[in-house]
Amino acid sequence: MSGASPVSRWRGPARLVAKRTGLALVTLVLVSAVIFTISGLLPGDAAQEVLGQGATPEQFAALRHEMGLDRPAVVRYFEWLRGIAIGDPGQSLVANKPVADIISERLPNTLILAGLTTLFSVPIAFLVGIASAVTRGQATDRALNIMTLAMVALPEFLVATIAVLVFSVKLLWLPSITIVPQDPTLGEFLRAYAMPVMVLGVGVIAQLGRMIRAAIIAELDRPYVEMARLKGVSPRRLIFRHVLPNAVGPIVNSMALSLSYLFGGAIIVETIFSYPGLASLMVNAVTSRDMPLLQACAMVFCATYLLLVLIADTVAILANPRLRQG
Amino acid sequence: MSVAGIIRGARRLPLSGKIGLALVIFWIIVAVIGPFIAPYPPGSFANEEVFAGSSRQFWLGSDFLGRDVLSRLLSGARFTVGLSVVAVAIAASIGTGFALTAAVGPRWVDELLSRAMDTLISIPSKIFALVLVAAFGSSLVLLTLIIAITYVPGNFRIARSLAVGLARLDYVEVARARGEGRLHLALVEVLPNMIKPLFADIGLRFVFIVLLLSGLSFLGLGLQPPDADLGSLVRENTSGLAEGALAIIAPAVAIASLTVGVNLLIDAATQGKAH
Repeated sequence: MSGASPVSRWRGPARLVAKRTGLALVTLVLVSAVIFTISGLLPGDAAQEVLGQGATPEQFAALRHEMGLDRPAVVRYFEWLRGIAIGDPGQSLVANKPVADIISERLPNTLILAGLTTLFSVPIAFLVGIASAVTRGQATDRALNIMTLAMVALPEFLVATIAVLVFSVKLLWLPSITIVPQDPTLGEFLRAYAMPVMVLGVGVIAQLGRMIRAAIIAELDRPYVEMARLKGVSPRRLIFRHVLPNAVGPIVNSMALSLSYLFGGAIIVETIFSYPGLASLMVNAVTSRDMPLLQACAMVFCATYLLLVLIADTVAILANPRLRQG
Repeated sequence: MSVAGIIRGARRLPLSGKIGLALVIFWIIVAVIGPFIAPYPPGSFANEEVFAGSSRQFWLGSDFLGRDVLSRLLSGARFTVGLSVVAVAIAASIGTGFALTAAVGPRWVDELLSRAMDTLISIPSKIFALVLVAAFGSSLVLLTLIIAITYVPGNFRIARSLAVGLARLDYVEVARARGEGRLHLALVEVLPNMIKPLFADIGLRFVFIVLLLSGLSFLGLGLQPPDADLGSLVRENTSGLAEGALAIIAPAVAIASLTVGVNLLIDAATQGKAH
């Protein structure tokens, strides 16, 4: 329509984004049911964990009643879901503190680590992706391909082990565990985070770089690129002004996947560097079978994943004129 | 495909693919005969020195208790490779079975399966595996099942898109009109034509599974002692990190050579077909 007003031009995308948001919420509720069901399936229950083997049946029944475990699972599920929704996912069985307190202590650490790794690895991933896309099939591209293929498949503990050996054991440059002092100077801050960021970065750079390469190459094969080339557009302008804006959708999508990896996938890295983040908190919850804490952590990770995918979808819808017609 | 055909295909692989193939074959052989060629029993305290370096007697040195690293690695590889192969076979059978059911079955079955799998795929795989381990524990059988279940949704997604695409083609319609049953459509008409891309997906998933299993074992949530896979070996010897002990580097490098090898092989094999 030629005379579309600004409002009607955005109505299509707005409806599409609203639909995606609704779908994400439904998925989140389904995910919560899956997590609650699985973690409630175990033969023993929380009261047994607290009391241990020696408790009498009466004590056991009393505690079960006190903890509300004698009520039907469906009732407990909805109460738990309501708790999650209002930010109170219950009491940790092991630490005897509200789960919300424990998580809010750890969450900033995870966000800092994920944020720094993003700042470090996304630009490099773009460099790798663009460099190999424009040299497609040539030596540079093939070398980068082999490199990123290998990097994707490396176990994090190997990368971390090598980093510790090189930077803290041999060169004595960096500490082998991540302790951030109170009120750190910028130097102290960067020194503390350098190794976990590097180790996490290896996987992200490789994965994201490969996906950026694929997204750019898919665009390079389109007629408009040929047209721009024939017009004499410089290669740099071709990539940055013509190709990248069109590849935003898939690139943002792969960024969402990589970032969600940073959130939950940091498990190994947090453990190796004794970094107090959410992922190592969840591992502790598994070891001590602290189910309320475990369920809450799992929900945080799933919600983050769905949120990132939703943001990526929204950006893709807004950036793509064809989808905007919605 | 005949044996000669496979050899011809392997010859045509680029160098990276040949290296990948060599690594894969090497690890298959180690997984099969490893325990029989180990110089010492994996549990025996063969060396008085802990975290010893490489020597003629102990090629990969000794671990934190003075056990022979090479022997432990040779028996650990069997768990890593064997458990991962079984897990990926289970994951692919369930995932692809569901995918074929969705492709040739009634529409509501497809809807139901796709919704369920979409939900499961929104749970990051490591997180899903952790929840399952917390609920069920990690005995050898359960661990295999947990890791398999974790990767069903991913395989389903790929296999479903392949199978649905094929099921719409004319030749399948013809077979349907001929009066062939759904089982015949799924197994005889659709499955054989999606085998090659499916194998690429299974290979990638094998890599993920090896990494997940080693990661769980490294965290102490995977294989439980006295059994030890390559990830457990890394975990056991973390105290040797500060001295750069071979006992921690060797099993980590072993895992990497397996996963990188599979990755290189798949990449080379699928690229060869694209050209």
